[in-house]
Amino acid sequence: MTSIVKPPVKHPSLQTNALGLTKRDYEGAMSTLCAGCGHDSVTSALISAFWELDVPPHRAAKMSGIGCSSKTTAYFMKQSHGFNSVHGRMPSVTSGANAANRDLIYIGVSGDGDSLSIGLGQLCHAIRRNVNMLYVLENNGVYGLTKGQFSASADVGSTSKRGEANMNQPIDPCLLSMTLGATFVARSFSGDKAQLIPILKAGLMHNGFAMIDIISPCVSFNDHDGSTKSYKFTREHEVEIVHADFVPLRKEISAESNAAGGVTSVTMHDGSTVRFRRTAEDYDPTNRIGAYSHVKACGERGEIATGLLYLEEGSGGEMHTLNKTVKRPLVEIPQAELCPGSKALDELMAEFR
Amino acid sequence: MPPTNVSDPNYYHKVVDCQWACPAHTNVPEYLRLIAQGRYSDSYLLNRESNVFPGILGRTCDRPCEPACRRGRVDGKPVAICRLKRVASDLRDDITDRLPSAPKEKNGKRVALIGAGPASLTVANDLLPLGYEVVVYEKYKQAGGLMRFNIPAFRLPAAVLDEETDYVIRMGADVRYGTNIDSMKSLLNENYDAVFVGSGAPKGKELEIPGRREGNSKEVIHIGIEWLGSVHFGHIEKIEPRVLIIGVGNTAMDCCRTSKRLGATDVKVIARRSRPHFKASPWELEDAEEEQVEIVENHAPKTFIYANGKLVGMEFEQLEWSDEGGKQKSKVTGLVTIPCDSVILAIGQDNAFPWIERDIGIEFDKWDMPNVDKTTMESTRKGVFFGGDSAWGPQNIIWAVEHGHQAAISIHHHCQGEPVTNRPPRGMNLVSAKVGMNGWMYSNDYNPSPRAKMTHEELVKRFSAVNVEVELGFTPEQTAREVQRCLNCDIETHFTEKLCIECDACVDICPENCITIAPAGDEADLRTRLSAPALNMTQDIFVSDGLPQTKRVMVKDEDLCLHCGLCAERCPTAAWDMKKFELVIPYALNRSAAEATA
Repeated sequence: MTSIVKPPVKHPSLQTNALGLTKRDYEGAMSTLCAGCGHDSVTSALISAFWELDVPPHRAAKMSGIGCSSKTTAYFMKQSHGFNSVHGRMPSVTSGANAANRDLIYIGVSGDGDSLSIGLGQLCHAIRRNVNMLYVLENNGVYGLTKGQFSASADVGSTSKRGEANMNQPIDPCLLSMTLGATFVARSFSGDKAQLIPILKAGLMHNGFAMIDIISPCVSFNDHDGSTKSYKFTREHEVEIVHADFVPLRKEISAESNAAGGVTSVTMHDGSTVRFRRTAEDYDPTNRIGAYSHVKACGERGEIATGLLYLEEGSGGEMHTLNKTVKRPLVEIPQAELCPGSKALDELMAEFR
Repeated sequence: MPPTNVSDPNYYHKVVDCQWACPAHTNVPEYLRLIAQGRYSDSYLLNRESNVFPGILGRTCDRPCEPACRRGRVDGKPVAICRLKRVASDLRDDITDRLPSAPKEKNGKRVALIGAGPASLTVANDLLPLGYEVVVYEKYKQAGGLMRFNIPAFRLPAAVLDEETDYVIRMGADVRYGTNIDSMKSLLNENYDAVFVGSGAPKGKELEIPGRREGNSKEVIHIGIEWLGSVHFGHIEKIEPRVLIIGVGNTAMDCCRTSKRLGATDVKVIARRSRPHFKASPWELEDAEEEQVEIVENHAPKTFIYANGKLVGMEFEQLEWSDEGGKQKSKVTGLVTIPCDSVILAIGQDNAFPWIERDIGIEFDKWDMPNVDKTTMESTRKGVFFGGDSAWGPQNIIWAVEHGHQAAISIHHHCQGEPVTNRPPRGMNLVSAKVGMNGWMYSNDYNPSPRAKMTHEELVKRFSAVNVEVELGFTPEQTAREVQRCLNCDIETHFTEKLCIECDACVDICPENCITIAPAGDEADLRTRLSAPALNMTQDIFVSDGLPQTKRVMVKDEDLCLHCGLCAERCPTAAWDMKKFELVIPYALNRSAAEATA
């Protein structure tokens, strides 16, 4: 926690995006998280991603539940919409919000407790429904707000700050998402913005549910030698199996770099491109079974597989397509049309008699 | 790029832009904090340690600190450092019992100082507490030198000058007023252990063009600094209605404004060059223009014009300047006559030493200036030192003070049998500024207030007499705001590599994008790879050694750092800390203290 707010002074070389806004315009309130919290770095990466994508802040909705991670939404884009829900219920609230207004850009920020313990059921169904949202899971392996108990993502054998070892199997949000049919699955690290920002941008532009598991160390309770989610451990065991570059539509794609060996390009629904550079032999980020096996094998070797692990663009459909909903957001539909009155209801009911 | 060595006092000193730019290295941020706390006397005494005349300089300093001030790069206007110095002086209590004093027992060494201006008085100030017997020879009946005779009283009241020169003299200097030294040889025969020449540059430059010596020229054409002196002594009490001032330095500004007070109605300052090349400080130009003085650019004097033996005007060449291979070349585009009744020449000053014999070991160069060592202030004759304007021509008061400090060290060494070339090193103290979980020993928040504007006496009142002070000083409210504009650059961001866990917190929070964690590289390359490019080459970048986890380096561009401490507040391991830097400056009196911290 800082004693002052960030001074409203801007560096003269600060650039503006297509909307004429600087990164500073995408900031939010001052963080009250612990100094050095990985979540604050995620906040900074989110600011960069939204700024670089020229997202108008008032067209985004920031959704969260309860926990340190869920405070993150207060710390960026103070002009955006937002909803801070009951613990673990963020995926459901977002599903509802998205059902009502499909035109907003939804970003849910949650943690390993909010998503993998109390909210696990909610998360699974949001994935199944393929809600069009960016789901950021700030994963630190502990319940920070309640002083560092193990969370459901803690690895077997990792120890608490006091030395006690965890014996329960962890839930890996990436493997879980792949089994539930998620169409965008990525893992990154709060301490590696060069990797994280392109993934966040691709996730925001993905038409469907985008799960990004971000190892985001808890400096207060899980940054010690026995931790498997510390800055040091993550740096030593991270294996970037695929590197993704997000190429927005307005930038010309050079054929030369596309043709280079080991590069796969996937075109997003808006025409922009994600370009994959494989660093692991034979890894195919568009093959669900292959990706699952590879990531699982990495985990068993004690490695943390990072990168945009799996991407399926254009097949199936997100929630609105599956449910054949109207194109217009409810807010834009006139009241008379939205609520046609008791006569129309009676006629509808008569059909079921 | 090798890791930055912050144990060299120069690194952090340079970050304190104002202190680095000040010839006497006054500890500006610290004295501003003392003002903020209402500790005016402490602030005054801290000032006095390095600049000796805070009240005088708070009104007249050429303020090299202000163009250097970091705040000027952040929001366009530097902190009003100079006029805050005046606040400390104006509001101080009686501090006479806290001034240095001379011991009863003398050390048996006698030093002669020539001239009682700022350079000589600084030497006296530094040497008297060490037990030296100091004799000052002063041509006039009062002390102060050019500060008294050439700075008009509407800028510097006599009471302020008297008080601060007295602080030095009352320590026990033997000032021989009205004593002109006309032979260095005979002075040296008096067996002083050292002689210091601080006699200034009292000779105004001449302008030998046609008509200079005709008609009534003796009565109406004046040399600027001599004329200002005559006004001071009351020999001149009025001037003709239409006056031209030739030259556009600070003396010209004093001449034109004094003319307005002596009855001139139409005053023009004539400059050879265009405004960006003027020697006068921008604020002095503004003050003159506020008094309806007209400034005429690009005119070179050609002839004085007389009618019936009476000066009626001057003819000028109109010039057009162009840049030719980096050199400014002028072209005459026409002739113009400007009517006038009187002319004041303010085109520069020389120092002249007709009273120093050329066969006594004091060597002069081809411009007839003494050869003086830039560090020791010693001439080619052992034991004879120069300082102030008499060393290398006109500079300003604060430079004269610094010359005095350096000469005092040299004189002390000379008299104690140490080589004068032994210069005591500058030291530093560096102490954490942290006071509790969320507190610093300074106000770290950024204050967005604009620079305070000095209130001036209304025009009618200020022209009523020659000694009505124009600047009224800051109000308490202005002072309280202005001190908070200071960024506290002496509270340094101090980094310890081995503690860093590379969490990026400092990089993310810095409001000015000063901090980057990057792969190592040479400086030119690193400067382009930062969160914001480090384009100001006059400002250093700090580079750490390899960081523990990734061997990347921590880089900090000093240029626009607000010293807000957010990097340190967000650092989980205190790898970044805010540390208060204090430069320990050696003076004749405290040489060993400086050595101990170096």
